[in-house]
Amino acid sequence: MLSRTLRGCISSRRFFSSLNSVSDSDVAHFSKILSPSSVISSLPPISASPDDLSIYNNDWMGKYRGKSTTVLKPKSTEEVSEIVRWCYDKRIPIVPQGGNTGLVGGSVPLEDEVILSLANMSKVRSFDPVSGILVADAGCILQSLTDYVAPYDHIMPIDLGAKGSCQIGGNVSTNAGGLRLLRYGSLHGSVLGLEVVLPDGTILDQLTSLRKDNTGYDLKQLFIGAEGTLGVITGVSILTAAAPQASNNVILALPHFDNVVPLFKVVKRQLSEILSAFEFIDRTAYELAVKHGQGRALSEEEVEGAQCFVLVETSGGRREHDEEKLNNLLETLLDADKPLINTGVMAQNPAQFSSLWALREGVTEAISKEGKAYKYDISVPAALFKEVVDITRDHLRSKGLLHDDAVKYVLGYGHVGDGNLHLNIVANSYSPEIQAALEPFVYELVGNFTSRISLSRTRYRCNEDTCSTLLQDRSEHCSDEKDKGALRSSGYHEPREGFGVLGSMS
Amino acid sequence: MRPTPSRLLNILVPVKRAVDYAVKIRVNSSQTGVDLNVKHSMNPFDEIAVEEAVRLREKHKSDIKSIKAFTIGPPKSVETLRTALAMGADSAVHVELPESAPSPEPLSVAKAIRSYIGKQESEGGVDVVILGKQSIDDDLGQTGQMLAGLLGWGQATYASKVELDLGKKEALVTREIDGGHEEVRVKLPMVVTTDLRLNEPRYASLPNIMKAKKKPVEKLKPEDLGVDFTPIIETLKVSEPPKRVGGGKVESVDELVEKLKEHGFTAV
Ligand SMILES: Cc1cc2nc3c(=O)[nH]c(=O)nc-3n(C[C@H](O)[C@H](O)[C@H](O)COP(=O)(O)OP(=O)(O)OC[C@H]3O[C@@H](n4cnc5c(N)ncnc54)[C@H](O)[C@@H]3O)c2cc1C
Repeated sequence: MLSRTLRGCISSRRFFSSLNSVSDSDVAHFSKILSPSSVISSLPPISASPDDLSIYNNDWMGKYRGKSTTVLKPKSTEEVSEIVRWCYDKRIPIVPQGGNTGLVGGSVPLEDEVILSLANMSKVRSFDPVSGILVADAGCILQSLTDYVAPYDHIMPIDLGAKGSCQIGGNVSTNAGGLRLLRYGSLHGSVLGLEVVLPDGTILDQLTSLRKDNTGYDLKQLFIGAEGTLGVITGVSILTAAAPQASNNVILALPHFDNVVPLFKVVKRQLSEILSAFEFIDRTAYELAVKHGQGRALSEEEVEGAQCFVLVETSGGRREHDEEKLNNLLETLLDADKPLINTGVMAQNPAQFSSLWALREGVTEAISKEGKAYKYDISVPAALFKEVVDITRDHLRSKGLLHDDAVKYVLGYGHVGDGNLHLNIVANSYSPEIQAALEPFVYELVGNFTSRISLSRTRYRCNEDTCSTLLQDRSEHCSDEKDKGALRSSGYHEPREGFGVLGSMS
Repeated sequence: MRPTPSRLLNILVPVKRAVDYAVKIRVNSSQTGVDLNVKHSMNPFDEIAVEEAVRLREKHKSDIKSIKAFTIGPPKSVETLRTALAMGADSAVHVELPESAPSPEPLSVAKAIRSYIGKQESEGGVDVVILGKQSIDDDLGQTGQMLAGLLGWGQATYASKVELDLGKKEALVTREIDGGHEEVRVKLPMVVTTDLRLNEPRYASLPNIMKAKKKPVEKLKPEDLGVDFTPIIETLKVSEPPKRVGGGKVESVDELVEKLKEHGFTAV
């Protein structure tokens, strides 16, 4: 959310006035240093049709739209370095783009920046099946890396719904959490090294493939979650995990949200090392997933009276052992004097296993089919998930915006284990009124929780002080900003502008 | 009017534990079959069979007196029976084979089922056998037909819809055939084999999984049914199909024509 705040604070007009657009001669230069398939530009001498650029200029949700004339798809770190150095000298801003699945508009241009797509850098550089260390180009798609290490009985330490499109470089740049964070920790732990092209074109080689490296500063950490503001990640060294030999999952139906946290405690204690996911889906999110065909629904009997659902996954080394543990847990849950769950279902085979996961992973897609989504990926303690959703819904209702022609649904789902809630507002269409009702409301709401609960953070992991200051800054700046129209109605400006800032500053 | 006891139906659902369809199978090193040290689950068509039996019970309530799952296989096959029980079968029968025994063939399986049905006479018999149209491991697709033949019962194969008329003691079954559907009326007792579109099997609910643990599983030996499962088909060798070689790109029509000629294609 830091990024959104910044976007709101920087007047794009002021910012871009000090920078240059791509010119014909720049394109001619890029065509000289790159192979023909690496330059897509509507400018001469390439003169591609704007249609060819549209997938790069539009984001996954169709919410953000850039006006870039030029997409560059370098094939090597050296090419990236040359492009960046050129842009640095010519004061041309750059947007690094991975799989363009980032959901917060960070991967598409605000204006007409050069889009630097990593899509052509998609080779695995090395894999050591003994240590599990994988070194790959930043443009490798997460799913293809998963497939690459699978025959060696390893899995990527990260998994998320966008796996078929998102790139490892994008994952690192957004410090993506996802479905395995509970088990394998955050990318701050599993990323062992990075190769980065800095704003002036310098190649920073921090691509160590050592598990333990205590030599000096740990610079790579700066780039994890930097959203391309500090440089272009071109290579990633990451620790993959031994593939579990057995996996099971269940979906539990809970009578009340208040049971989520107590349930998490019981599940964690009883399953201990085999617990690999504990995912929360509220009833609205569940209904939408079912409505849009994301996985087979539970029977009516099973969902009756359920306020929310929890998906529990186990992964372990021996099936019999895991099943025994899981069965014991389920028995405890069902036989309890005051049961935390109404009922639940357990996958009986891999097809059902995928189908249960689809009910959770498919929510994002279901939402995009249902309408236009305002998405907030926020970090608050799990106990507050429902409160955040309810307060937001009430707020929209009080503004008269909760009806079929405006906001259709307010829902939440997410990772209980990581305190990561996906707050989604599903609207009929994007509108300035809804936008204005949500922002800065949601930021302030999270900010309030931030001051109330020391553990909570907003998504982009600024510390609490910075965060609240930024939030204040934002309101101060924006409230007196006359040329709000110059900002996109969204008001989101990603900190990647900082890349431009850095580039033009030094 | 309450139905008379003679109208109550007993359903038998033979099921098989098979390599899960999601597993990428590999030929074993001795080339006698595939590597079996992988995830197994209930043959998907059998799952549909269990689901159908349970749906018939949900529709006809207590007129369906019993649903019994039946399997022949190594000790681990009992897990498949537990799944059937968790889905809603009342009881199960496990004809246990040694761990390393070869997979039984359709004829011996059909004979074993017939023999078991014979033994059930004294307990009200079996009225309907519902089983998968084929097992996805050997794809033989013969058991249901052989069983109907051995029993001299009517058969409705590749079913995509089953409607029972308990009063008339018959069923109207829609079958999937090339290019469309066929409706057949079958007198009970009968054998039904399931096709993919018959239904979508349910998840096993937790309470039902717990209940399933307490449901009875009768254990039998092949001798109890008087059936010899020694294969009568000899497998000479199992090997993987030749690897597909990728295509190549040509720069011009001339080159294409050249390539075609090289490979023996000529203009007519
Ligand atoms: C269906 C779905 C499910 C998702 N689930 C989760 C989830 O569970 N948890 C979670 O945390 N996120 C989730 N996300 C969002 C997630 O952050 C992104 O999907 C993913 O991590 C972004 O990767 P990408 O390659 O698409 O990056 P992009 O969207 O292309 O870029 C994201 C940001 O990183 C920058 N960037 C990209 N590549 C580079 C690079 N090589 N060097 C420098 N900067 C770069 C971009 O400029 C941009 O600011 C989900 C998204 C979708 C669509």
